[in-house]
Order: sequence, then C-alpha cells, then structure tokens
Amino acid sequence: MKNNTSLSEFFDNFRRKKGTANFISSLIAIGIGLVIGIVILLVSNPAESFAGFFTMLVGGFNDGTRSLGNVFYFATPIIMTGLAVGFAFKTGLFNIGASGQFIVGAYVAVLVGVKLPVLGGFQWVVGILAAMIAGAIWGAIPGILKAFLNVHEVISSIMMNYIGMFLVNYLIKQTVLNVYTNRSLPVAATANIPKMGLTTIFPGSSINGGFLVAVLFVVLIYIVLEKTTFGYELKACGYNRYAAKYAGINETRSIVLSMAIAGMLAGIGGALFYLSGAGVYIEVVDVLAAQGFTGISVALLGMSSPIGILFSGIFIAWLQIGGFYMQRYSFVPEFIQIITAIIIYSSAASLIIRNYLEMKKLKKDEKRNQSGITETVIDSLRNNKGGKS
Amino acid sequence: MDYIIEMLNIRKEFPGIVANDDITLQIKKTEIHALLGENGAGKSTLMSVLFGLYRPEAGIIKLRGKEANITDPRTASNLGIGMVHQHFKLVEDFTVLQNIILGAETVKNGFLKMDEAKKKVIELSNRYNLYIDPDAKISDITVGMQQRVEILKMLYRDNEILIFDEPTAVLTPQEIDELMGIMKELSKEGKSLIFITHKLEEIKKVADRVTVLRRGKCIGTYNVKDVTKEFLSEKMVGRKVQFTIDKKALKPKETVFEVKNLSMKTKGSTRNTLNKISFKVRQGEIVCIAGIDGNGQSELVYALTGIQHFDEGQILVNGEDWTKKSIRYRNSNGLSHIPEDRHKYGLVLEYSMAYNLVLQTYFTDRFQKRGFLKRNSINEYAKTLIEKFDIRSGQGPLTTTRSMSGGNQQKVILAREIDKEPSIMIAVQPARGLDVGATEFIHKQLVEQRDSGKAVLLISLELEEVMNLSDRILVIYEGEIVGELDPKKITVQELGLYMAGSKRDEVKV
Repeated sequence: MKNNTSLSEFFDNFRRKKGTANFISSLIAIGIGLVIGIVILLVSNPAESFAGFFTMLVGGFNDGTRSLGNVFYFATPIIMTGLAVGFAFKTGLFNIGASGQFIVGAYVAVLVGVKLPVLGGFQWVVGILAAMIAGAIWGAIPGILKAFLNVHEVISSIMMNYIGMFLVNYLIKQTVLNVYTNRSLPVAATANIPKMGLTTIFPGSSINGGFLVAVLFVVLIYIVLEKTTFGYELKACGYNRYAAKYAGINETRSIVLSMAIAGMLAGIGGALFYLSGAGVYIEVVDVLAAQGFTGISVALLGMSSPIGILFSGIFIAWLQIGGFYMQRYSFVPEFIQIITAIIIYSSAASLIIRNYLEMKKLKKDEKRNQSGITETVIDSLRNNKGGKS
Repeated sequence: MDYIIEMLNIRKEFPGIVANDDITLQIKKTEIHALLGENGAGKSTLMSVLFGLYRPEAGIIKLRGKEANITDPRTASNLGIGMVHQHFKLVEDFTVLQNIILGAETVKNGFLKMDEAKKKVIELSNRYNLYIDPDAKISDITVGMQQRVEILKMLYRDNEILIFDEPTAVLTPQEIDELMGIMKELSKEGKSLIFITHKLEEIKKVADRVTVLRRGKCIGTYNVKDVTKEFLSEKMVGRKVQFTIDKKALKPKETVFEVKNLSMKTKGSTRNTLNKISFKVRQGEIVCIAGIDGNGQSELVYALTGIQHFDEGQILVNGEDWTKKSIRYRNSNGLSHIPEDRHKYGLVLEYSMAYNLVLQTYFTDRFQKRGFLKRNSINEYAKTLIEKFDIRSGQGPLTTTRSMSGGNQQKVILAREIDKEPSIMIAVQPARGLDVGATEFIHKQLVEQRDSGKAVLLISLELEEVMNLSDRILVIYEGEIVGELDPKKITVQELGLYMAGSKRDEVKV
C-alpha cells in the first residue's frame, strides 16, 4: 500500500500541501479584486475603463525597463514592512506598528546620511545599521509591554506609530530640516545605496541595491523561521503559547525578540526608501507613513511567508506603477488603493473559505482515521502479545 | 404499535466514510434502551439524524408507527424528543427556573409568567423526585443538580422520548446511583429513554435492551438480562477485552518524588487552592490522585511541572530540591508529563509530528548544530518512535499533527514522554476521550513503565482507571489530600464518599 504512489495520489498531495492552498487562495483573492476593480472603473468612467484597466494590469511594462525597474524600487520598502508584519504574525503577534518603526528607521538613516559624510563609502551601510537598531528599539517597546505587563501589542504598537511620527517630525525640525521645503535635507552622495549595476539592466529607473538588500532579508528571515531552533521556538510560541511553555520555551524572551526583529525589518525598510537616491525626503507632515500599512496588505496577501511576501510586495508595487500610468486616462492613482483594498478584503474572505475547506477535509480525515484506529490499535496489541509470549 | 420510535435502515455518509451503515434502532414505549459503542462508532451521528441535524441518505424514521419527517431540531423537539447533552447547555448566570423555561416561556402580553412556570417545575420535581432549588443560580449548584435541571428541561416541554448522552461521565458514584434511580422512575412514568454510553456496568444496572454499534454498523440488539458484560464488550470492540490489567507484584524501591506541604493561594480568596499537600512516589509504583474535577488537580500538576508557581512547600526529586527549578530543567532532568489537555499543552498542532516529538529536546546537540535544526536526525528519530509506538498517520513524520486522530496524537505525546526515560512520569487523564482499544494501549504502557521501575503519578477522574491501575490512591478534595487508600481493600462506593468530601482521614506521610 505504501509504494502505491499513483498519479492521482500525487495530485492529491499537491492539493493538500499548505503552500499550494495558500498560493491558490491568494490568486483567487487577486482575481476577485480585479473583477470588482473593473466594475468600479466601468462606473466611474465607462469610456476609458478597459484601456485604464489594461494599463493597470500591464503595470511595470508600461514604460519598458524604466517602469519595470521602478516596480522593484517601489516594492523594496513594502517588502520590508511586509516582512515586519508577517514575521511577527508567524510568531503570534500582530504588529500594527510597522509605520512607526519604518519612520524611526528612516529618520536615523537620514540623520546619518546628512551628518556623517566622514564615513565615506561606509556611510550608507552605517545608515542602514543605525536604522536597524532604531527600528528594533521601536518594535521592542510594545514587545516588552506585552511580555511583562500583558499590554496588547495592537494597542501599544498603534500608539507607537503616532509617537514615532511626531517624534520624527520634531527631531527633523531640530536637526536636518530643509526650511524652504519643510522636509528633511538631502543626504550625502555616499549615503545613497549603490546601484549595484541594476540601473544598467533597468536604465532610467530609480532601482538600486536596496532591492537586493530586501531580497537578502527575505532569505534570512525564511532561514531563521524554517531552519533554526530560534525560529522553532518563535513559531511554537505563535502557534500555541501553552505548549511552548510546557516545553520550557521562554515565552517572554520570544515575544520581545520577535517584536524587536519585526521593528528592525521595518526600520531597514525606512532606510532603504530614504537612502535610495531617488530624490525622496521625509516630509514634516502629521501623516503616518503609508508603507507601514501597505506592509500589512503585503503580509496578508503573502500569507505571512517570507517568499510570499517578496512576490506580493512586487505585485502590489506593480499595481501602483500601473495606477501611476492610469493617470493617462484621467484616473486618479488612488484608484489603485481601492483595488488593493478589495484584494485584501477578498484575500481575507478566501482565507475563511480556505479554512472552511480545510476544516471539512480535516473532519473527513479524522473520521477516516477514527474508523481505522480501533483496528490498528488492536492489531498492534496483538503484535505485542505475539512478540512477548 | 409496539415501538414508539423506529429508525429503519438509516444510512449516513460523509465524504470518504459511512458513519451509519444500514442501522436499525427500535425503541419500545417506556423502555430504557442503551446505545453502546466506542468513540466514532456512529452513536452521535445516529442521534443527530434523529434530531434532524443530519439528513440520512437512506432509511426512514417512524414515530408511533407513522413516518416522521424530521428536518431540524425544532421539529424533533415538537415531536417530543429531548436530550441531555454530555456537556450541559445551561446559562451559568441564570437561575434554575430561568434555565428550565428558557425557550419555552409562558408569556402574557409580552411579560413572563414566572409564577405559573415555577408551579409547574416544582410539581414536576416532586413527581419525579428530582430535587432542585428553583431560585439557585446554576453557577452555585452541584454538577448532579445541574443534570437534574437538564432533565427537568425535557420534562417541562412534555418530551416523551428522552436521550441521555453519556450522562454519568461527570458524576460521583453516589450521584450515578441516584441518576439510575431517576431513569428507572422516568420509564415507570411512561417515558421512553435512550441511554448513550460505553460503560457496561451502567447498562447492566438500568437498561432493558441494548443496541450495539461498531464502526458505523449495527451489530445487534439484545435483551440486557440475557447477555453478560463480557459478551457486550466483545460485540462493542470486536474482540475480547481485558478488564483487569496484568500487573506484576508491587516492588516499590526508593522514593523518587516527594512533595512536602505544598500550598497555593487563590487570588482574592482566603481559602487555598492547594493546601499543605504532601506525598511520596516510589520507584515501581503507580500512585493515583483521584478526585472530582476541579478540586485542585490541575493546579497541583501545574505546580509539580513548573508551569505555575506555588506559595509554600517543597518538591524533591531523587533528593534534589526542585522547588525553584525551571520547566526546562525539570523536563530535561527526569520529569515526564502527559498533560490533561493534549491540544492545549501537549502539542503544537500546526507542527509536524516529528517536530512535536522533539518539543522538549530540539535544543540538544542531537537535533541541532549551531542553532540550525538537524532535520534528518529529527526525522530519523521520529521514524524510530513511530515504529516503536505504532503511531499511525498519513505522511509519517511530516504529517501535520492536527490531522491525526485523537488516539494517535496521544501516542505522540506518550512516545515522547516515555522515550525520555523519566524518573517520574506524571500522567493526567491519559485516556481522556479515547476509545477502549486506545485506552487499553495507553494503560499498558503506563503499567510497563511501572514494572520497569519508574515512578508513576496518575491523576484521573475515571474511577475505573483509578481502581485498575493504581497501587495507592490519594483522594483530593478541595485542594487537600483527604485519604490514602489501597485499591485492593476499598470499594468504589467508599472511594466515592472520600471524593465527595463526606469522609476523610488524617493522612500521614
């Protein structure tokens, strides 16, 4: 019976694999989001709706290598914030504070970028490292509050978003304000992340080595979660904190470290975005950094898996670029936010559907196993007896 | 006309399994009809069909000779079918009376008519000797009284057919006797009873006839008078079952585990959850802590295993003071713990079976190198345990634990805990929710541990388990040890008196 691996069994296994189910449900969500998107387009501007829709889908291909490169450029920070949310989620924590961690990291990186040109070629590296530390501290605070005082991390990390935003606004005014534009000063040339040859592949775009840094962290986080004892502990706490405690895993430590790492990832995202050399500056406005919240969408769509987050980040960036070019047909780019929102809603819905399907399958399996168990136990007992007598 | 209810040739399929295969159940008027079968035999599916929760693929249901179309529970209720569930469906903050009338309130102009209802309830309770206090809150009354409230709920609705789903699981022996009396009374008064159970003793005591189900099939219906317990168990399991477990003579050696004056305070109360508990467990013996659920057993286990801190007292293992040791230290130095709730504490259900088997050892050099898990070693290890303990699963070590059956999940825990070669094994309700076959397997393993010279501490609510397995019984009542008993010298009834708190000794250690 064991050796009988027929084709149908192979497909059965494929279908049963969790990753496959995740991937399929994400695809369904995207499909639903796009269909509803086209309806909204039809309502708002019927004449141009299909041309606009097509532009959105074409996304990164609208303007050749330039727009394609910009997809990766846009994807870089939201992959990092996506990782920040997804990593925490894998360990059972809901990190809503990616926005604050992002902006705190961004500020520290810009500060290094403006004030420390003495570092020369290392300036951008130091900028990223400083952002890592700042983000980690910003993430660790809700972690510590949760671990020691049982304050729910959703509440505290949301509050940390506002504290982070106002603090950064204040600090920019004190340190690196460009008084004419009311935003941060430009960083030194050496603080910009090197292009690492990417602009030769995607000429005219804003792509830079930051994307490769993001990919590096995707791989690192994947390895930490899947291959290490540390990841084993973190995930055990996330899946079942009681069993983790039973196993002697230090839950307090896990929570703090997990939130610190999540904050670190978002902080890197801030550095990668503002050290991109693409002419972006931290605006002194009372608005939370959007990348933090897009990160939640990215993580949800990527089902919190690092590899999934890489692709969902690129996908959402793709739509954003598409939305940019949709302006040709007099659609506002905010339209893309609507579509993204619908995709996230339907991915949540498809999650429910998937869970339902899994439950059904599980019940089936359980019934199957249960009907078999008595027999198997009896068999085993018989064998035992036979062995001893 | 003879039968009040007939379920003829019922077939109910779920994808991949036939839960009820051509089952015929005929209940005579005023009889107590037992429905016997293991977990997963199809008892609850059959009752769900009767209740209209499931539609059968084939077969008909006849009520008083007429075919009935039961589409939903409301119809069933209107037809006079009522059920006492295993887990009571009562509103904790309501009074007894409010619970009884809930859903069948007499209303006048939008106002409740409680007086009439109360009169009817008191009348019913007198007529059937179901003693209750109509104005007491559910949260303040005993489990036995809660069950009587459930029974009254059915009587209040004038139900003719009463289904009892494993009603004795939560009761003390005295309460069980009382319930048996009530059931007989009810049948005398003209009610027909279906009694779902897997306890043969109780069937012999009250039932008139019994229908045995095994793995979705109807094995037969017998007059209880005409058959023996052994016959019924054979029909239920499909083979001969050992009721008593073979144990070698008791040869206790040195004391391994010693608890001295352990106390745990209750937050916001002057009474202690655990009060000055002391006992010893020696090598080669099974000591059982018996008691009714909620008398401090869980807290005691949490204290012993390090999950919860306690206020006073000392734990000694092989002479070493463990009072302040961490959970990990205890786990790695000779403590095995089969937890009460295997889903909450015992397993990470999302993890593979292999990962669960190394839940307490993943950090040892055998399974990791410089912080990286050694997948191959883990899987190899899992394979040896799978073979040794005959754990059945779909995809071997990589099976998601959630998808495994309860019995096999418990085997995963058992394998992990036994393979640690512990000096003290703490097993809490190890056979909870398992069928006869799996229970037998687990019990055998525990006795084997004992025979091989390990110290075993068993915490159980099941009297049968207590009587069969233990060498010494400690009874816990309201957080105190109230008696140390010898299972060979004591009757179940006597044990019940200790458990209910109506008898106690001064226990010296």
